[in-house]
Amino acid sequence: MDALINLLKTNARLTNAELAVMLDTDEKTIATCIETLEEKGIIKGYTAIVNDELVDDENVTALIEVKVTPQSQSGFDAIARTIASYEEVEACTLMSGTYDLCVTVSGKNLRDISLFVAQRLAGIEGVLSTATNFVLKRYKDNNIVIIDEETDERGLISP
Amino acid sequence: MIDYDKVIVNAAKEMKPSGIRKFFDIAQKLEGVISLGVGEPDFQTPWKIRQTAIKTLEKGKTTYTGNRGLSELLEEISEYFEDTIGIEYDAEKEIIVTVGGSEAIDISIRAMVEPGDEVLIVEPSFVCYAPMVSLAGGVPVPIATKVENKFRLTAEELKEKITDKTKLLILPFPNNPTGAVMRKKDLDAIADVLKDTNIVVLSDEIYSELTYGEKHCSIAQCEGMRERTIVINGFSKSFAMTGWRLGFLAGPKEIVQHIFKIHQYAIMCSPTTSQYAAIAGLKYCRSDVKKMVDEYNMRRRFVVDGFNKLGLECFSPEGAFYVFPSIKSTGLSSKDFCEQLVYSKKVAVVPGDAFGESGEGFIRVSYAYSVNHLKEALKRIGEFLDEFHNK
Ligand SMILES: Cc1ncc(COP(=O)(O)O)c(C=O)c1O
Repeated sequence: MDALINLLKTNARLTNAELAVMLDTDEKTIATCIETLEEKGIIKGYTAIVNDELVDDENVTALIEVKVTPQSQSGFDAIARTIASYEEVEACTLMSGTYDLCVTVSGKNLRDISLFVAQRLAGIEGVLSTATNFVLKRYKDNNIVIIDEETDERGLISP
Repeated sequence: MIDYDKVIVNAAKEMKPSGIRKFFDIAQKLEGVISLGVGEPDFQTPWKIRQTAIKTLEKGKTTYTGNRGLSELLEEISEYFEDTIGIEYDAEKEIIVTVGGSEAIDISIRAMVEPGDEVLIVEPSFVCYAPMVSLAGGVPVPIATKVENKFRLTAEELKEKITDKTKLLILPFPNNPTGAVMRKKDLDAIADVLKDTNIVVLSDEIYSELTYGEKHCSIAQCEGMRERTIVINGFSKSFAMTGWRLGFLAGPKEIVQHIFKIHQYAIMCSPTTSQYAAIAGLKYCRSDVKKMVDEYNMRRRFVVDGFNKLGLECFSPEGAFYVFPSIKSTGLSSKDFCEQLVYSKKVAVVPGDAFGESGEGFIRVSYAYSVNHLKEALKRIGEFLDEFHNK
């Protein structure tokens, strides 16, 4: 299972036949394993890692540090769920350290994002403060180097 | 005018440029070539090893070490042998830290081969053995292994080539380029042949960590063989440290004491920074090696399956990071196959005959590449074969 998950993490487009060969099993077993992983919610989805700069250089992304007052019943969960439900939010994680939630948001421009912070985030009960950090350039994401091709320093042929 | 022809010794003049070199020159001139041609890992040296090197550099630990190597490293290597093949070697008398497995091979041959001595070289194999033997005035005697025997050396093949001039057997397993390994019972059969002779084995076990299936076994483990075997190993392949130039050899002190003198005068000591780094490797990075092996193993299955599906029959290798598919079904020679492939589809693989005549009819494909890279290369080879068969 772990080996299968690791392979899919690096390339979710490997076919079941290819995965079966690499893991020394058959396609049916792979299909069943993947189904189980999906059913159990271990695999939540598959996505492409896109170099946005090449698609639409207007797009902006921000990581917003949010401090909140934990609720007496639900702790951070209720607020985190509310934030996660907004469609502008790409990711929302609970952090240790000087702030509580890290919220990734992207929009068409800076204004989009500041509006989101001012109108949606700041208005949630329990949100104490926010600090918005804009992403300037992505070099690597999900283990994949984005900024330029990784070059192979090795020669073409060696004994 | 200086007569250069008189300057250079005949043994050097007669040394053929490696078959790999010629092909390299062709591939190098083309643009956009993707290669399956390298004999070194695509992984980076584990961080702990690099960090240790940086730290010792910062502290200015950059002087010569003892000739044999740092005592702590020698101790670690001695433990490593005990741990992996269960043989005790005296760290002070029976081990030398060398400049790669390459130096270990060179100085062992120089210590044991005299003009006229015959050296049995199991082929196909790594390119350096025969030239080094010839340089020492020895006579290289190839022993061809066969795909029917999983490219293992058999006792019969060995017996056939032994004469009263035979001095040394070079036994390179896990093998580059075939990926073959020798199991304990195969080694026992070889040991049986050698037991009552004066022949020494030079066992090049540089790929010993990279086996898929059974754990590596050394001929030195066979009864009566420790006293007549020089084991060669190193950090290049297992710890992804090719550029650090560090290897080692071990054997009975009666032989090693003389090999040592050559090392002492020719090299002084192996690179100091690399030696410190290697200590960290043996101490802390064995689990990194395991991870690399798991990754190689997946790629190995992927590539073997890929070639078999393309109709290039591929022996399933059990060690190193190469596959050695047969291209006989195309009717082309190894060289022609590789040249046509690189010109038409820009994929570089190495002709099998670069590793000895018996490699003719095969190509060496390295899987020290990412799966995506392997996939693209296999796709291009598939296109090449389609176009070839439809011509
Ligand atoms: C079988 C074999 N032995 C020895 C070597 C030399 O390795 P190094 O000198 O880097 O230790 C190689 C390198 O390709 C090899 O394939």
